[in-house]
Amino acid sequence: MSADTIHPEPGETRRDFLYLTAAAMGVVGTGVTLWPFIDSMNPAADTLALSTVEVDLAPVEVGQAITVTWRGKPVFIRHRTAEEIDAADKVEVAALRDPETDAMRVKKAEWLVMIGICTHLGCVPLGQKKGENKGEFGGWFCPCHGSQYDTSGRIRKGPAPKNLEVPKYEFLSDTHIRIG
Amino acid sequence: MASGPRAEFSNPVVNWIDERLPVFTLVKREYGVFPTPKNFNYFWNFGAIAMVMLVTMILTGIFLAMNYAPNATLAFGSVEHIMRDVNWGWMIRYLHMNGASFFFLAVYIHIFRGMYYGSYKKPRELLWILGVLIYLLMMATAFMGYTLPWSQMGGWAATVITNLFSAIPLVGNALVSLLWGGFSVDNPTLNRFFALHYLLPFVIFGVVFVHVWALHVSGSNNPLGIDVKGPQDTVPFHPYYTMKDTFGLCVFLMVYVAVSFFAPNMLAHPDHFVEFDPMKTPPHIVPEWYFLPFYAILRSITFGVNAYVGAGLAVLAAAMIPLYCRKLDLDAWLGRMIGIAAAGGAIFMLGYLSQYEKSSGGHMLSLPLAEIVAVNAKFGGVLAMFGAVAILFVLPWLDTHPVRSARFRPAFRAALLLLVVDFFVLGYLGAQVPTNMLTIIGQLCTAYYFGFFLVILPFLSRKEVALPLPASINDAVMQQNVRGA
Repeated sequence: MSADTIHPEPGETRRDFLYLTAAAMGVVGTGVTLWPFIDSMNPAADTLALSTVEVDLAPVEVGQAITVTWRGKPVFIRHRTAEEIDAADKVEVAALRDPETDAMRVKKAEWLVMIGICTHLGCVPLGQKKGENKGEFGGWFCPCHGSQYDTSGRIRKGPAPKNLEVPKYEFLSDTHIRIG
Repeated sequence: MASGPRAEFSNPVVNWIDERLPVFTLVKREYGVFPTPKNFNYFWNFGAIAMVMLVTMILTGIFLAMNYAPNATLAFGSVEHIMRDVNWGWMIRYLHMNGASFFFLAVYIHIFRGMYYGSYKKPRELLWILGVLIYLLMMATAFMGYTLPWSQMGGWAATVITNLFSAIPLVGNALVSLLWGGFSVDNPTLNRFFALHYLLPFVIFGVVFVHVWALHVSGSNNPLGIDVKGPQDTVPFHPYYTMKDTFGLCVFLMVYVAVSFFAPNMLAHPDHFVEFDPMKTPPHIVPEWYFLPFYAILRSITFGVNAYVGAGLAVLAAAMIPLYCRKLDLDAWLGRMIGIAAAGGAIFMLGYLSQYEKSSGGHMLSLPLAEIVAVNAKFGGVLAMFGAVAILFVLPWLDTHPVRSARFRPAFRAALLLLVVDFFVLGYLGAQVPTNMLTIIGQLCTAYYFGFFLVILPFLSRKEVALPLPASINDAVMQQNVRGA
């Protein structure tokens, strides 16, 4: 290379500009190429398609609870007794870790519908079957790290940060719901 | 890599190949005549042992994969098929299953060796960091392998550990869904865990290669922790350490094989023999023993970081910062810092009590604004657990004492051995059902774990006066021989 082909320019040169634009394009290109691979790990279309389930509540007596599967997760449905509803209503909401009134968590007071997964680390709490430990608040007790939920599924004690999640659902008739 | 003068070989075929690709020269230089300190003790066996375990895991794993079906409906059955029907399947699986434990055992001893004799210090910082990286990759690989039999224990371990990521603010839930490939631990999760469990050991192999490369640049440390000063301090790697490594390896493998054949389920749990049921959590889930100390650290953060806890930690950090900086009048700092640290500790304790839940419900202490929590207990636990591993990466900069070996640093030695005890206690606690008392012991142990790295090491780096070092490795070895004779 002869000396006269080199034109050192003061300050920023066109070469700097080319470096930066090439690098920026490289970054964008890498990101665009990577995204399909990362996104392929997200839930697939058939997994998403399994996103609603209908449940007939007619056979569930007062005081009974059933567990149904929705999106591979257990959904707790409890036909609450008057005492349980009363106990849930009486709690002082402001003192709760995740403050929610009972009315915010149900569509019809006697039916409590929640995802049965502890908000701590994803275990399934006990309390659905007769004779299982329901914890000190008469709701649910998680065997993994001892979180306790009340009769509205709200966190009362133990390490879980949030109340049991209420899924999207609607009443199709008085005794029929669709979850999802 | 293989630059420099080539060795001459008398065998013409070997010579012909070596002229074109100097692999024989490389092996001779790095594993034949390689000058190695002559005072190694048996702790120096465990690098080679870990390497053999890695190869064992890869080989047994490849043969297991030939009969395993990574599908949620088939996986549990295919493992039983391996155990009952495949020729020698039971043996290959038991070697793989117990091999993980023995691989971790070798690596834990190897890490302890590195810490006790100061092998992480200049010029081996990068060597150490690569080692921590290998350890981290091993943890990921072992965790995913644990899930593959699709048992109650494996499936729920996967559920609990992946749910740790849901603690991350904002992106947590999307991230967990990405990890699962669905809305719960299910077939897509099993499939990708299998793919990654197959891939990661080869990544580990690659990092081990770089780890050994870095070792061969700086040369090995030794029990005295002093540098090699000349040829009188070293012996050739072969036959001296090839023989010593082989002997240690044989002893280690005998124990490994004995456990694999005579007590193969010693470290297992009944819930490994029940197929995964996503609707029912087993009453008591525990991780494998090699994760227990970290699991205990995770569980010991039962309090959120509210204004008081945060302020207490900030004051403690502020008191500590001068200790991490290069220039410091230690005595003046000590005088000023005691009061500040005590104040920080007191504020922290107030915050802790305001987050401590009484068995009758409610908190031990009610303070204004104490219920507003910046980092909740769940995320705090996750940060502490990952922090406990991550802190190892910066160990070379926390302990800057010029003397490497704990032999010449009595205070460091005592603190380090206490850390080992601490680690065992945490491991014990990780396997227990937490009660109030055990949780408090776990919190004290967690405090010591972090205190060792963040307070004791930087403090001793400045304060500790080491015992006199021997003039050379050769000197020390000769003196020992005279005394022994």
